[in-house]
Amino acid sequence: MFKKILIANRGEIACRVIRTAREMGIKTVAVYSDADARAQHVKDADEAVHIGGAPASESYLVIDKILDAIRQTGAEAVHPGYGFLSENKAFAEALEKEGVAFIGPPPGAIEAMGDKITSKKLAAEAGVSTVPGHMGLIADADEAVKIANEIGYPVMIKASAGGGGKGMRIAFNDDDAREGFQSSKNEAAASFGDDRIFIEKFVTQPRHIEIQVLGDKHGNLIYLGERECSIQRRNQKVIEEAPSPFLDEATRAAMGAQAVALAQAVDYCSAGTVEFIVDGDRNFYFLEMNTRLQVEHPVTELITGLDLVEQMIRIADGEVLGLQQEDVELKGWAIESRIYAEDPYRGFLPSTGRLSRYRPPEETVRDGITIRNDTGVYEGGEISLFYDPMIAKLVTHGDDRNVAIDAMAAALDDFRIDGIRHNIDFLTTIMHHARFRSGALTTAFIDEEFPEGFSGAEISDALGQQLAAIACFMQTKLTARAAQTDQILNGHAFHAPDELIVQFEDRVFETVSAPNGVRVDGKLINLESSWKPGDLFFYGYVNGNPTSVSVDMLAEGFRLTGGGAGIDVAVRSRRAQELTAFMPEKSDGASDKTLLCPMPGVLISVNVTAGQSVKVGEALAVVEAMKMENILRAEKDATVTKVLVTQGDKLAVDDIILEFE
Amino acid sequence: MNDINRMLEERRKVARLGGGEARIEAQHARGKLTARERIDLLLDPDSFEEIDMFVEHDCHEFGMEERKIPGDGVVTGWGTVNGRPIYVYAKDFTVFGGSLSRAHSRKINKVQDMALRNGTPIIGILDAGGARIQEGVDALGGYAEVFQRNTLASGVIPQITMIMGPCAGGDVYSPAITDFVFMIRNTSYMFVTGPDVVKTVTNEEVTAEELGGAKVHTTRSSVADGAFDNDVEALTQLRRLIDFLPLSNRTGVPERPTFDVRDRVEPSLDTLVPENANMPYDMGELVLKMVDEGDFFEIQPDFAKNIIVGFGRMEGRTVGFVANQPMVLAGVLDSDASRKAARFVRFCDCFDIPIVTLVDVPGFLPGTAQEYGGLIKHGAKLLFAYAEATVPKITVITRKAYGGAYDVMASKHLRGDVNYAWPTAEIAVMGAKGAVEIIFRNALGDDEEIERRTKEYEEKFLNPFVAAERGYIDEVIQPHNTRRRVARALALLRSKKLENPWKKHDNIPL
Repeated sequence: MFKKILIANRGEIACRVIRTAREMGIKTVAVYSDADARAQHVKDADEAVHIGGAPASESYLVIDKILDAIRQTGAEAVHPGYGFLSENKAFAEALEKEGVAFIGPPPGAIEAMGDKITSKKLAAEAGVSTVPGHMGLIADADEAVKIANEIGYPVMIKASAGGGGKGMRIAFNDDDAREGFQSSKNEAAASFGDDRIFIEKFVTQPRHIEIQVLGDKHGNLIYLGERECSIQRRNQKVIEEAPSPFLDEATRAAMGAQAVALAQAVDYCSAGTVEFIVDGDRNFYFLEMNTRLQVEHPVTELITGLDLVEQMIRIADGEVLGLQQEDVELKGWAIESRIYAEDPYRGFLPSTGRLSRYRPPEETVRDGITIRNDTGVYEGGEISLFYDPMIAKLVTHGDDRNVAIDAMAAALDDFRIDGIRHNIDFLTTIMHHARFRSGALTTAFIDEEFPEGFSGAEISDALGQQLAAIACFMQTKLTARAAQTDQILNGHAFHAPDELIVQFEDRVFETVSAPNGVRVDGKLINLESSWKPGDLFFYGYVNGNPTSVSVDMLAEGFRLTGGGAGIDVAVRSRRAQELTAFMPEKSDGASDKTLLCPMPGVLISVNVTAGQSVKVGEALAVVEAMKMENILRAEKDATVTKVLVTQGDKLAVDDIILEFE
Repeated sequence: MNDINRMLEERRKVARLGGGEARIEAQHARGKLTARERIDLLLDPDSFEEIDMFVEHDCHEFGMEERKIPGDGVVTGWGTVNGRPIYVYAKDFTVFGGSLSRAHSRKINKVQDMALRNGTPIIGILDAGGARIQEGVDALGGYAEVFQRNTLASGVIPQITMIMGPCAGGDVYSPAITDFVFMIRNTSYMFVTGPDVVKTVTNEEVTAEELGGAKVHTTRSSVADGAFDNDVEALTQLRRLIDFLPLSNRTGVPERPTFDVRDRVEPSLDTLVPENANMPYDMGELVLKMVDEGDFFEIQPDFAKNIIVGFGRMEGRTVGFVANQPMVLAGVLDSDASRKAARFVRFCDCFDIPIVTLVDVPGFLPGTAQEYGGLIKHGAKLLFAYAEATVPKITVITRKAYGGAYDVMASKHLRGDVNYAWPTAEIAVMGAKGAVEIIFRNALGDDEEIERRTKEYEEKFLNPFVAAERGYIDEVIQPHNTRRRVARALALLRSKKLENPWKKHDNIPL
């Protein structure tokens, strides 16, 4: 077995690989860029080598720098993780030349599967079901229309080298096809420098279901069931699960057999994934093969009990697969939620910065439920703008789908991240979503269910009452403590009133502390909790159900976050509530129509242009003053009408940088 | 006897109505509460004891003898806030517009005298139309009587003013003398002369809000220490502030049970200071992670944001925090920041509140605007305030402590009791680049030499060791232990005894 391996990656996947390597008694080498000097994977590894500047193109993508690190440390093998150099044939070849093992498939397999057209041809030859379509190159728009008619509308027009939705069009008729062909071609040329286009059947009610394959260097190939990754936003997977709630045993076996056949066709070894698109009638079509470990591999690990990273390392070392197809048993259900640094309340705007609080739920295996959190960050760490905005992958496993979903919802309620925006509320909302729970998924789920974007989960009357009870409970504790100073009027201790009025939005609840809980509008809500002032979470039992709500202090109450909703709850005495009725509507105040320079300095950059609409918190400009780069951010949503300065300008206090509409 | 009781009830009823239903409604329509409603929210339920409810004015001019309303436009008395006693007076805008008469001012004087004698804070709630013109010079005299008492009480009992409506002319000076002034956004304003007079005298056209609204006074003039969205929120937050304050300069800080552990370790603080010395970070995070339960009451949060001042607790006892904020202007000291912090330090010193100073300061802000604006004198205020303070002073240098600003920020040389530094601290006369350009002036132009010298300077001076070798820093502590170390030091310093030489009073550079 290898004595030392290098992980040519960063973030959670680097940490993930290091964990398994350590368990196997293998030493690890991390590589890191300028931006990652303090990153978790650097701390976790036995050795770490600095490989260059923050942009991946200066570090994680530079083959020579990785090779240098290998030579420097004497690593015998390299795990590439996902992304970066993981599907780079030249990298695999360079390692081969260097005499270092690549923990992944042979270069030939990487190359064969790297091109959409080639891989589709290979798949068809291997007897894999492919989307009806035209494989060859298409000369002009007329030919495109002709082919589209042969396939039958709707059709998808795609760039051969494409990805991430670029160079992709759907056509429902001849006009669409003609127009789509031209625009796809243009986009492909501009984005990828490769304007080859192909056309295929557009699949309705599509689901994304993929098969995990695993093969050794001795020709043994098996599949480890499927993963459903239909919950996507802009082709970015958000929630994955295994198995799929849609597949029957026959379809699974057929997909598995085809996936193995394709892998065999390219002499595949190591872990790989064959992605299919599955329509409403369980027809499945090959999409592409990913010749690497997938982000969502943990769900497969949890239902198979296998450690895929361990398997990959053993395979790379030449071991024979320790199991055969009939040994593969899928047990229970696993769900993965990707926690991203993005703000679902504001159009999923990315967010970067310091994690002033990062408190994931505890990783446990308890009462048949597994909670696992794969992450590469820590409290006080940084989400850098240079890399993937993923903070963590929270994975739960239970006996069946509902158990896994419930465990996920509870674990998400237990996750606290401050300092940057994150999508936890959005993920939690999906866990409670009736259609998600029913398993009726398609890749359009998010677009269909959240057409207006996301504004927090609906709060039912019952939940509202429970939150009111929690707010009353906490406020009572706070008031009782406040009355315990050592300077109270001698012998005239103050007792806080038991009755409190709780309000959020326009909902008002009358609450009274009771011996075993809180009476809300006359109804007793049983409540047990050891919450004390300063706690970031209210943990306890509400009417006997375990409950976890995240708590922030506000001027007149709390911000409570749980169940996919974050609400500002006011807690007042009856008198204060009566008098609040006279208070004027809150005006947002920030009516300024200009961005002023707050300090004398030099303008480093303006990040927006005239006509651009910006969201609150978005970086507008950077001014260097006192040798510090200060990011000026939008105080509210607005549209920029004018940029009055240019890079390098020397600015004085109150110089106008931007004007807003 | 029954008649008396009936009359008493009758007269109380009349007094409680103040200026009558119509005026109360008008007050509510403006988004404002009445004096009595405000007192209700400020004090613990049923704890208010009103004084001088039946006092009336004695003016006989302009037909005023026909117009008398019991209480005469101000409600006075005392009660408790979370069980602790305070005095309060609240101007009643429904009665003669809250204007000040001789009788009105005497009512205020009475509670001022009692508060001072009993060592109890006093809260003034202002919503008033200035002097009662009909009373002429009696009103002027009345104001001065209030000012005199404010001044004598300064530093003996905490005095706080809430501006909850118009406040002009004579009414603005009492707030200015008190320790803290808070305003309500959109419904309150304060100025010496109103927009009409301004127009007449200077031809400036300006609205009341532009001239003296909450935004102006919390961001530009620094007359006010904070602003709130409405009366209810303001009074709720005022209760929170009062919880931090001692009753008087004789009581010491209040202590209450805390649920936070004194030796809470915060590993995330080890990465608070970025690797890149040119990157800012939020000093507010350090403050919030040091104080009990993350509970911090910031004073002047919108003014001179390059310095943070406010109250927190350590082990249940009030502590004043002063912290440079690298996020704004790199945390530099300018005139505004110096004045803001100086006044806060002096408040803490008056009332035996220990001061924790968190330092990351690149120096004083250069430039004509600052020099012409009297940076020397304003900077000296902060220097003076720290130098004269005899309360426990604990300093933690997180990063830069350069030049004169190092001296000012509660350095060892200004009788700092415990001076800690993080490993990232750089205590030096200035940054490397500037220093090298002076010391090696002759090498300017020789980039290689300058770079070498810069590196040499950085290695030699940009660390805590030079200062630690001289005893200017007592110890280098790990960021994650900051709360524990500071809490221990504060516990030790409870028995600190230090007195300045006797003097009538000092002569701070005003």
